[in-house]
Amino acid sequence: MKIVVCIKQVPDAKDVRLDPETNTLAREGVESIMNPFDRHALEEAVRIKEEHGGEVVALSMGPPQAETVLREAISCGADRGVLVSDRGFAGADTWATSYTLGNAVQTLGEFDMVLCGKQAIDGDTAQVGPGLATQLRVPFVTCVQKIRTIEGKSLDLERMMDDGYDVVRLPIPCLLTVVKDINEPRTPSLKGKMKAKKAEITVLSAADIGAKPDCIGLAGSPTRVVNVFSPPPRGDRTVFTGSAEEQVDQLVEQLGKYI
Amino acid sequence: MDYLLTEEQQMIKETAREITEKKVIPMRAELDERNAFPTEILQDMAKADLFGIFVPEEYGGFGGGCLDIVLALEEMARGCVGVATSYAANALGIFPVLISGSKEQKEKYLPDIAQGKRWAAFGLTESNAGSDASGIQTTAVLDGDEWVLNGTKQWITNGGEAQVYTIIAMTDPSKGPRGATMFVVEDGDPGFSYGKKEDKMGIRASATRELIMQDCRIPKDRMIGRRGTGFITVMKTLDISRPGIASLGLGLGQAALDEAVTYAKQRVQFGKPIIAFQAMQHMLADMAIQVEAARALIYAAAKHIDNNPKNMSKASSMCKVFATDMAMKVTTDAVQVLGGYGYMKEYPVEKMMRDAKILQIYEGTNQIQRNVIGQELNKEYS
Repeated sequence: MKIVVCIKQVPDAKDVRLDPETNTLAREGVESIMNPFDRHALEEAVRIKEEHGGEVVALSMGPPQAETVLREAISCGADRGVLVSDRGFAGADTWATSYTLGNAVQTLGEFDMVLCGKQAIDGDTAQVGPGLATQLRVPFVTCVQKIRTIEGKSLDLERMMDDGYDVVRLPIPCLLTVVKDINEPRTPSLKGKMKAKKAEITVLSAADIGAKPDCIGLAGSPTRVVNVFSPPPRGDRTVFTGSAEEQVDQLVEQLGKYI
Repeated sequence: MDYLLTEEQQMIKETAREITEKKVIPMRAELDERNAFPTEILQDMAKADLFGIFVPEEYGGFGGGCLDIVLALEEMARGCVGVATSYAANALGIFPVLISGSKEQKEKYLPDIAQGKRWAAFGLTESNAGSDASGIQTTAVLDGDEWVLNGTKQWITNGGEAQVYTIIAMTDPSKGPRGATMFVVEDGDPGFSYGKKEDKMGIRASATRELIMQDCRIPKDRMIGRRGTGFITVMKTLDISRPGIASLGLGLGQAALDEAVTYAKQRVQFGKPIIAFQAMQHMLADMAIQVEAARALIYAAAKHIDNNPKNMSKASSMCKVFATDMAMKVTTDAVQVLGGYGYMKEYPVEKMMRDAKILQIYEGTNQIQRNVIGQELNKEYS
């Protein structure tokens, strides 16, 4: 089982600011962490490897310093780390990111599964997972809360819904995005940390993954952030109490004001 | 202060701290309240490789020394001395095998210990043999290919939870201390059972039980070292384990200081945070001085021990006395800084003060440590 886990380095949510000129997240001088949802994707991949054998490759697109999260991934059980890094990738939206990661995964060769976190805590779009699956032309399921069984080339899992969960069967290869409920990530072990310290991180450029210049970075991004604003506060709310009859009376009285 | 630790030592500290913050601190009040053994936390520590720190590399560990254990224990004790004691007792329990065990014994036990598959405990104390270890009444008699052990060990940390026990027994009572030998007794050995779990003042997350041996039969090859060398093994074991207890005092003192300063900055009386008052500043300063002095002494003693000197007893005893007396003083002062709140279970310093007391008592009382230091001085100046 070869599993690719997509990992994003994000600013620590405790310290988020916006760049007033570009309306995008200001990343300078902000402490970076591994996107928390990706940590769960990584843990799930490592657990699958521990049970079924195989290899876990941690993949990230980002600036050179994103190497840190790949080393952290190795300390948590990934076998190796691959960083897709190129000045040309800067300013990528979810479409350009999906395209770039798609090329990177294909460059890494055949795979059985790609695991992603449900979304990144900085952009919060939840689009890259499905976008990447589309680029790779493999089926995907989002918000996976449990992998029930893996048998041969078939996977049974639970997809979290607002009112319960769906049980889904899908073929391998495929892509899953996971929610936090799927597992409790482990603390990096001492052996893992020592391995991470010595590990060589493979760095791939746009040319290495065969990415077309007009499909990457700002040039390849159809999205423009034209404005950022806080949503207006909700109007006043009233909670009625008492028996059902009393509550209906209160409601009718209130509605009367508007007639 | 920067103690110029190596990158590996920093990793040990980080790993122990991460488990302490994520797993130990959120659970400590409940473990204390329920007198509950921290099985899951110890399993998490094992998964993070912390049980392998002191096991040689050829048996699957990291081949770390006294300083490495001390660093891990300091971080653990910042969270809970009960949990940290359970970890420390495991190391103490297997040290006799590490120090005097045969190659076969090391191969049999050390890999499991390094992976946390089996836990160890150390059986020395008896009802009439505490500070005076020569009062041991447990006996071991060779019967064909088996040793037959009889006696009861008291207040054994990890008793009933561990699977591997290193136990000292008299093989030739007429020879006194030279008639004592150490053995490995395993959970499930015929004639081996546990007494009730003790209800303690502090370190309630650790398990303390009697070990009862009634015609307990173990194979001949469970003897550790040569016959009659039990006391030497015990003394060597305690020499390298005591800085660990000192480190429990250090971590605990640091935690109490952290709580006291944090509180003093927030608590407003007479219109000011109480840290603005000189009486409070002096108290906190004295606490900080003592904590840092203990750290410097422990790290120095641990490095001295790792250098494998001919005599390590004095350094080992000095850091144990200093750091554990410090922990008692600093935790008591932390309760004072927090005043009425400090006396309540809602704040962690009350538990810290209860946990501190045992550190002055176990693994050799601080009076016995002073005896050791005094005797060494007497020898040095002869």
